[in-house]
Amino acid sequence: MAEKEDGMHGQTVLEIKDLHVEVEGREILHGVDLTIKCGETHVLFGPNGSGKTTLLMAIMGFPRYRVTRGRIYFAGEDITDLDPHLRAQRGIGIMFQRPPTIRGLALRDMVRLCASRDLDVEAMAEEMNLAEFLQRDVNYGFSGGEIKRSELLQLLAQDPRLVLLDEPESGVDMENLQLVGRAIRKLLQKDRRRTRTKCGLIITHTGYILDYVEADMGHVLCDGKIVCSGNPREQLEGIRKYGFEECARCTR
Amino acid sequence: MVSPEERIRELKEKAMRAVDKPAPYGPDIDLSQYSCGSQECFYVEDLSQLKEVDPEELARSGVDISGRGRSGSFVQLDNTIVHRKALEKGVEILGTTEALQKYDWAWDYFWNVVQVDADKYTADVELNGYEGYFIRALPGSRTIYPLQACLYIRSPRLVQRVHNIIIAEEGSELHIITGCASDHKVDMALHLGVSEFYVKRNAKITFTMIHNWVPGMDVRPRSGAVVEEGGVFLSNYIVLEPVRSLQLYPTARLVGEGAVARFNSVLVAREGVLMDVGSRVVLSAPRCSAEVVSRAITMGGTIVARGHLRGEAEEVKAHLECRGLMLEQGGGMLAIPELEATVPNVDMSHEAAVGKIAQEEIEYLMARGLSEEEATATIVRGFLNVKIEGLPPVLEREIQRMMEISRESAL
Ligand SMILES: Nc1ncnc2c1ncn2[C@@H]1O[C@H](COP(=O)(O)OP(=O)(O)O)[C@@H](O)[C@H]1O
Ligand SMILES: [Mg+2]
Repeated sequence: MAEKEDGMHGQTVLEIKDLHVEVEGREILHGVDLTIKCGETHVLFGPNGSGKTTLLMAIMGFPRYRVTRGRIYFAGEDITDLDPHLRAQRGIGIMFQRPPTIRGLALRDMVRLCASRDLDVEAMAEEMNLAEFLQRDVNYGFSGGEIKRSELLQLLAQDPRLVLLDEPESGVDMENLQLVGRAIRKLLQKDRRRTRTKCGLIITHTGYILDYVEADMGHVLCDGKIVCSGNPREQLEGIRKYGFEECARCTR
Repeated sequence: MVSPEERIRELKEKAMRAVDKPAPYGPDIDLSQYSCGSQECFYVEDLSQLKEVDPEELARSGVDISGRGRSGSFVQLDNTIVHRKALEKGVEILGTTEALQKYDWAWDYFWNVVQVDADKYTADVELNGYEGYFIRALPGSRTIYPLQACLYIRSPRLVQRVHNIIIAEEGSELHIITGCASDHKVDMALHLGVSEFYVKRNAKITFTMIHNWVPGMDVRPRSGAVVEEGGVFLSNYIVLEPVRSLQLYPTARLVGEGAVARFNSVLVAREGVLMDVGSRVVLSAPRCSAEVVSRAITMGGTIVARGHLRGEAEEVKAHLECRGLMLEQGGGMLAIPELEATVPNVDMSHEAAVGKIAQEEIEYLMARGLSEEEATATIVRGFLNVKIEGLPPVLEREIQRMMEISRESAL
């Protein structure tokens, strides 16, 4: 493993091999392989209940999602048994779909604790249209769109190398979608190409996010297995035309 | 009008009849175990001359020895007043016995909202001598800075008896921080504290009390407030350090239209600690409102969090919130919220929740890079971070700072 080149374009950042994951005694993922290289954005399609969220949670390392077989490597290091906070410190960041409220913890302080460096939190919040939310308890009474923006604000503060996004467009209106798209592009350094150091894995049910964020590769997850990998736009077109049923069948 | 002599005789008689009357809540205390002999101490003109108490100890209870940012100070060691001084016009600070000698009318505020025969502890305060502060804001006066008061115990086996009277005259605003603390050499002692609050028309009192006792202390505050039309009474009570037992159940009576009362209490009970803490508001005039918020954490200790709202008039609005966190095995938590209405047109509600920290909150913070311990500490800090509304910004900042100091030392 060429650790020195870590961060260089084309370098493998995330490598998942034959991953089996159990939730409450039931196996949900049945052998997932996935490789994401530095600078790439991958999207993950799949019907409800196919295990998309489970895959993201397993990459983050939450104990409820138990890896029973296979390994997860991050920047060459086997992180399969690492606690979530150590994965976060290594550079993995996740956007929660339904984050809990933490009473008495202001969004401002949450944003600060995400970052390992000094930040202009006010300016960042302004950009996410969240300036008046900074003194509110994190997620307390936030609408769907506000939660997405708050999650992205936290991720921008954390500035992770690998960004995991679970349906970033769900429950977001058109106006906010622009903002959400812009933040994701920023997180993934879409304004650069060869010098890009970030990469991402985005779950999308609808595919709308592709109108805002360019993706390099798409995967279709069905019943806990990746059944197709390829051009995300073509995949989306196929899914829209024929549904996931057909999509799964085409590989047989 | 009865003369003071007559009044005293009446009170003593009533008290005599209550000397064996147990309190409805909390473990019963054998008063004969304690002495009243306090160590000798002298009055100081300047707080910095006070040698008997460690300034840092005081700071943790919110008392600043420099007197900076305060509109006056009162310090009682054991049963002796060693300092009392108002620094701003419009407020008066006296010792309670001094005030009763000085003003005949002061007797009208004496054992008026708290009954002398409420239980054996109130009776004991009356019968066996007391000190305490008499603080009064003159009509229309507004002090920006809070007054500070300190009740300190430094003699082992002492019973400290305190009787405080606090009056905010019409249209005035009064902010008080009271720190109660004891010397670490005190293995056992008893604090009996009577406090009577009078909030006149359109006046406001904010009262913040921080207790920093030691594990051998038993504490029985007995407080009451009466709030007239348009008046506001805000009480914040913070106990993060161990005591052996603590029991109080203050009552605020809202007797004038639109009066407001708010009680916040923040409690932490370690192993061996018993806290039985309630707040009661009686809303007896139209359009009054009340809020009772309690945050309790047990780390092996036992907490009973009570709350009682009684709506007796039209269009009153009141809410009660009891939230408890159990961080360790052992001990226990009991939340008893009570709502009572005697007229139909009231808006009263409560919420109570007791449990451990939600795993998903810990995981959320871990995903942001905090270890499990750091995540837990952050959630606990947030839990204790009660937003106290209605305080002037200077005081709010000061209270936040004090909370921070006592939290850091306690958790
Ligand atoms: N915390 C959980 N407890 C129990 N079952 C779960 C849990 N999370 C997911 N599952 C189950 O695992 C399967 C995959 O769920 P999920 O990963 O959320 O799918 P997706 O995100 O693709 O909709 C579903 O059958 C779901 O019911
Ligand atoms: Mg999902």
